[in-house]
Amino acid sequence: MGSKKKAAPFNGTPEQEKQLKEVIASLKDEQGCLMPIMQKAQDIYGYLPIEVQTMIAEGTGIPLEKIYGVATFYAQFSLYPKGKYRISVCLGTACYVKGAGDLYEKLIEKLGIQGGECTADGKFSLEACRCIGACGLAPVLTVNEDVYGRLTPDMLDDILAKYN
Amino acid sequence: MKTLEELNVVKAKMEGEVALRTHGNASSKYERHVLVCGGTGCTSSGSMKIIDALEREISANGLTEKVQIVKTGCFGLCALGPIMIVYPEGTFYSMVTEDRIARIVKEHFVEGNPVKEYLYNETVDGDEIKALDDTAFYKKQHRVALRNCGVINPECIDEYIGRGGYEALGKALKEMSQDEVIQTILDSGLRGRGGGGFPTGMKWKLAKNIVKEGQKYVACNADEGDPGAFMDRSVLEGDPHVVLEAMAIAGYAIGADQGYIYVRAEYPIAVERLEIAIKQAREKGLLGKNIFGTDFSFDIGLRLGAGAFVCGEETALMTSIEGNRGEPRPRPPFPAEKGLFGKPTLLNNVETYANIPQIILNGADWFTSMGTEKSRGTKVFAVGGKINNTGLVEIPMGTTLRTVIEEIGGGIPNGKKFKAAQTGGPSGGCIPAEHLDIPIDYDNLISIGSMMGSGGLIVMDEDNCMVDIAKFFLEFTVDESCGKCTPCRVGTRRLLEILDKITKGQGTLEDIDKLEELCYYIKANALCGLGQTAPNPVLSTLKYFRHEYIAHVVDKKCEAGVCRDLLSYEIVKDNCIGCGVCAKQCPANAITRTDYIAPGKKLAAMEIDKEKCVKCGACVGVCKPGAIIKK
Amino acid sequence: MENINVIINGVEVSVPKGSTILEAARIANIDIPTLCFLKDINAIGACRICVVEAQEKRGDALGPKRIVASCVYPVTEGMVITTNSPAVIDSRKKTLQLILSTHEKKCLSCVRADNCELQKLCYDLGIEDEDYYAGDKPVYDLDTSAAHMVRDNNKCILCRRCVAVCEANQGVGVIGANERGFATNVSSAFEMGLGETSCISCGQCIVNCPVGAIYEKDNTTAVIEAIADPDKYVIVQTAPAVRAALGEDFGMPIGTNVEGKMVAALRKLGFNNVFDTDFAADLTIMEEATEFLGRVQNGGKLPMITSCSPGWIKYCEHYFPEMTENLSSCKSPMQMFGAVAKTYYAEKIGVDPKNIVVVAVMPCTAKKFEIGRDDMAAAGVPDVDISITTRELARMIKRAGIKFTELADEKFDEPLGISTGAAVIFGASGGVMEAALRTAVWKLTGENADAPIEFTEVRGMEGIKEASYTVNGMEIKLAVVSGTANAEKLLNKVKAGEADYHFIEVMGCPGGCVNGGGQPHQPASVRNFTDVRAKRAEALYAIDAANSIRRSHENPAIKSIYDEFFGEPNSHKAHEVLHTTYVKRGLYNNK
Repeated sequence: MGSKKKAAPFNGTPEQEKQLKEVIASLKDEQGCLMPIMQKAQDIYGYLPIEVQTMIAEGTGIPLEKIYGVATFYAQFSLYPKGKYRISVCLGTACYVKGAGDLYEKLIEKLGIQGGECTADGKFSLEACRCIGACGLAPVLTVNEDVYGRLTPDMLDDILAKYN
Repeated sequence: MKTLEELNVVKAKMEGEVALRTHGNASSKYERHVLVCGGTGCTSSGSMKIIDALEREISANGLTEKVQIVKTGCFGLCALGPIMIVYPEGTFYSMVTEDRIARIVKEHFVEGNPVKEYLYNETVDGDEIKALDDTAFYKKQHRVALRNCGVINPECIDEYIGRGGYEALGKALKEMSQDEVIQTILDSGLRGRGGGGFPTGMKWKLAKNIVKEGQKYVACNADEGDPGAFMDRSVLEGDPHVVLEAMAIAGYAIGADQGYIYVRAEYPIAVERLEIAIKQAREKGLLGKNIFGTDFSFDIGLRLGAGAFVCGEETALMTSIEGNRGEPRPRPPFPAEKGLFGKPTLLNNVETYANIPQIILNGADWFTSMGTEKSRGTKVFAVGGKINNTGLVEIPMGTTLRTVIEEIGGGIPNGKKFKAAQTGGPSGGCIPAEHLDIPIDYDNLISIGSMMGSGGLIVMDEDNCMVDIAKFFLEFTVDESCGKCTPCRVGTRRLLEILDKITKGQGTLEDIDKLEELCYYIKANALCGLGQTAPNPVLSTLKYFRHEYIAHVVDKKCEAGVCRDLLSYEIVKDNCIGCGVCAKQCPANAITRTDYIAPGKKLAAMEIDKEKCVKCGACVGVCKPGAIIKK
Repeated sequence: MENINVIINGVEVSVPKGSTILEAARIANIDIPTLCFLKDINAIGACRICVVEAQEKRGDALGPKRIVASCVYPVTEGMVITTNSPAVIDSRKKTLQLILSTHEKKCLSCVRADNCELQKLCYDLGIEDEDYYAGDKPVYDLDTSAAHMVRDNNKCILCRRCVAVCEANQGVGVIGANERGFATNVSSAFEMGLGETSCISCGQCIVNCPVGAIYEKDNTTAVIEAIADPDKYVIVQTAPAVRAALGEDFGMPIGTNVEGKMVAALRKLGFNNVFDTDFAADLTIMEEATEFLGRVQNGGKLPMITSCSPGWIKYCEHYFPEMTENLSSCKSPMQMFGAVAKTYYAEKIGVDPKNIVVVAVMPCTAKKFEIGRDDMAAAGVPDVDISITTRELARMIKRAGIKFTELADEKFDEPLGISTGAAVIFGASGGVMEAALRTAVWKLTGENADAPIEFTEVRGMEGIKEASYTVNGMEIKLAVVSGTANAEKLLNKVKAGEADYHFIEVMGCPGGCVNGGGQPHQPASVRNFTDVRAKRAEALYAIDAANSIRRSHENPAIKSIYDEFFGEPNSHKAHEVLHTTYVKRGLYNNK
């Protein structure tokens, strides 16, 4: 058990819930229905938070833990929504020695989320990545396709502001 | 469609159409067929836009009635995509771009003169345009599993029927007993194309006989996961019906009425084509109740993988279809006895199935005429890495590795030297130059420490570090280990840690022994095939390239210059012009100016503080005079 | 059954066809070590400790030697098996060393220091370098969220025995393998603490854990402190099943009745009174039999289901909340005992119930949860203050330096130590039903002294037992189940209208309290080949058979308590003190 990750508040709509319930109703009597249901659920919600997995558990009678075990086994299933803007901080060696670790910590603090998580408003998600080959610009982060280099922690506000 | 006669009506109608693309007796209502590859490789390089442009230009030139556009599966030469082939000439346009279409349509389709400068250069010999089959890439290939790939429109069941599709199913159902079908497959000598090479006929026989009665299943393993392998994807994208037909034949042979195809969700095009194919086959009555008016009923369901390599292992695949974590289970019981949902199950992979209809139609003798004594038929390889013709090739078993690499693959780029070929993906091994002339078959590859695997073939040259390659595969295996059994869950992790230590120059000779010993232990003790073969990349590199390991450990050197921690960067002062750009690029402030001014230079030379250097290589890229060297 | 011949370590043995190599070796008197394997529950072949070398016949010749997992690999005719070759030993050693590389080796202070299955294997196999494969090791937080236990994943070796019992035996499945590869770990969905899940606190995971990764919350310090407090009057009660198992922790054979020694030891520990939960078991029969006959006669909710097992109660509240009305409103014997001690007995000895500490020694971990339930405070203070397991009692006795096996038998104090044979069999599945029948049939047949005493149909270790009796023209249909997975099957039948029982006994743990989550550990090597539950149950039935009073209503102390205090069973007062209410918890919302 690592630190218990907190996800963005669940913003499922009644329409999504209705769709999921229809999916469950149409598949639940098939043998081995769990993965197809989870795949469709992820299509509907974009990810599989506890609320969605609980709906699947209640709809199928499959224990929540089993669903979670399946969700964490397969790379395709995500427990967290991806943000509209995906911030990726390079923690490769070159960036790391130039203080990318500080940038990462600062972003965790500013966004109030851990790596792999997404902010409550669905705007930003944060992750660390391996070397992106821009060592000359170290330390580097990317926001979606945009690359920002030679950063110091005090520059982060300006970058975030661009997307707010 | 309830009779063979009805099938023959469709065949008669379509045969002439598709024959235009195979130099047969063509009787197409079109003058020309333009085949555009709609496989994953060409689609990502833009082939859908090519089709749009073609439609536009063909219509603009009033050729709609004369030229048919066909979206096909993979032609094989993915490196040259997007690919477009024009029949009846068989001219091969490579790296087609949207802006070339107008000219091709006008000059070639309207005026009848192929645009030579857009053709694949291998097919142009002075004034002459060579047929595709005469190029080095295609000449030594022999297409059985891929016979329809790049020939038919995979979304059109009639085209498949035009190529003889579903005839084998009809023949099996109407003319052969279950045992005769199985005997034919046994006699053909076909072995599983997914990895292990178990005799396919034997598998069918066991699935029919171990448990005689009750519910049985036929399953297709389309969870192709080896990094760099895409044989099965190409078959599914280019010829999905062949898999459906073969599964139905298998269902008849063993007494199953339900099939499942477990396909990677990462293959959206294959999934879509399979969905279309299943729908079409059901509409035609080629899947469903009482096929060809017989008592035999068979249907197929699709199940999508969700990103777990281990699900390519047969028991894991079945646990996954059942809706669980894809963890392998111990064998015995084998699937033929207790498989999917606890019922007897026959599981083959895509390429294996792709051979079945041809064997039924042409007979076992036809199949045994290809290949070697113990490995009959052909094998598809996805060739990649340091090789000119990256792509998909199908060769008779027994072809040498040298032929594949040097002739079909067109050799190594940039005049570099061949170092090794890796087959079998994370379960296979590296084959050194000394074995290049070994005929490729199941047993030969195993005898030299690799394996056939599903057909990935990665070529490596002198710039590849073999310790690093072993580490790369181990990283993959560690990521993909299911975590159930101790040897794989912990053992492969420890292997990776030792390899990491060695590539960082912190390894000892004892570490090499420990590594090797742990490899043999995992091979013998892991629960499933994935775990048991996980050490192969290490063992085979240790076998053939032990000197590289020793160099990393003893001399702290990586000859290939790959392992960063063993490199050092140095500025050759006499070549340095002192511009200082490197210092600005350096993320670690490791480059400073010296007092030394080289003869003929104006500024003092720079130097690298090796203690501070993080070996990112940023300086090398910006040094105009090339004064910085990597050692 | 058809037999086949195999050669094990050079000796030919004839074994039943379909045996695993592990079973075949056992027949040849050869033990093969195991870790993950639990017979009938966990046959996943994952840990690889049990590997042997096997060669199968291929035609007339022998196939190649292969390393196979003996726990799941079936023998075949002519198979040649070696269980102790250098290759086998080397494999097992490496497997152990790999396990050790991810196991937190705080062995000296581990709760399982004296009976760790992993440690024993290390000793048996002669592991010399426990750090041989030292490397990365994930670090996990302790899960202390549940009332009854702690999970320490740092010691978990991923044998998944806990996962298997939780799902297969108990039908609960709140723990499972999550993530994959090296990150695989046993935990609850979304890393919830166990206390936030619908865990029923049965503790079956604890008794099946080979190492110290799952253990009960130790409350022995609180007991010792209470005893040392001069202002406290400390009463101990012991559940029926404890006496049938406690001796195991002192090296005595499984199924030894140590009632007398246990009483002596408890006295030496300094409790003011050493009483017996059996007394309250008799009281339960009075209340429950009356409640049952009342429901039958007045058209009350049927089937009525017993409420002695707190694991079962929590299961019902989570998984069958719609059936909580079927539960008997009787408190469990432990709670009844506490309630009586702090009302009736407190009055009798003139001690303020606030100063009475009731300690319960239970074969159960769910009791640690039960004592904190609402509506369990007859005297305005909790009925029971501390509940410890059989294992904790053994620990206390050892720490106090008491030479348990040398102790002379002593008797429980009176009056709350007086009990009947009907009470002591509560500890085995079927016991509550049989005890209730003894009293109910006696009542229904006109208080006939010749009414039957033994109802053997409800005895035994089968998970689901059924019986029906016609008494005075009235047919009573009964069912007895143990293990909540079996309860699930039965209740689904009841819900579907496929079964029309009048009375059902449910015990949360398979086999009943003798196999409770608080009982001494027996390693899988013993459990796989010995029915530990049956042996412990035999001890209880022997105590019953030897007792001159075998019907609860004949217990003189019970007669007195109704005469002096409650009046009659199910009286208003009895309801206030001895009965309780339930919560409809559901699975994922209401905890």
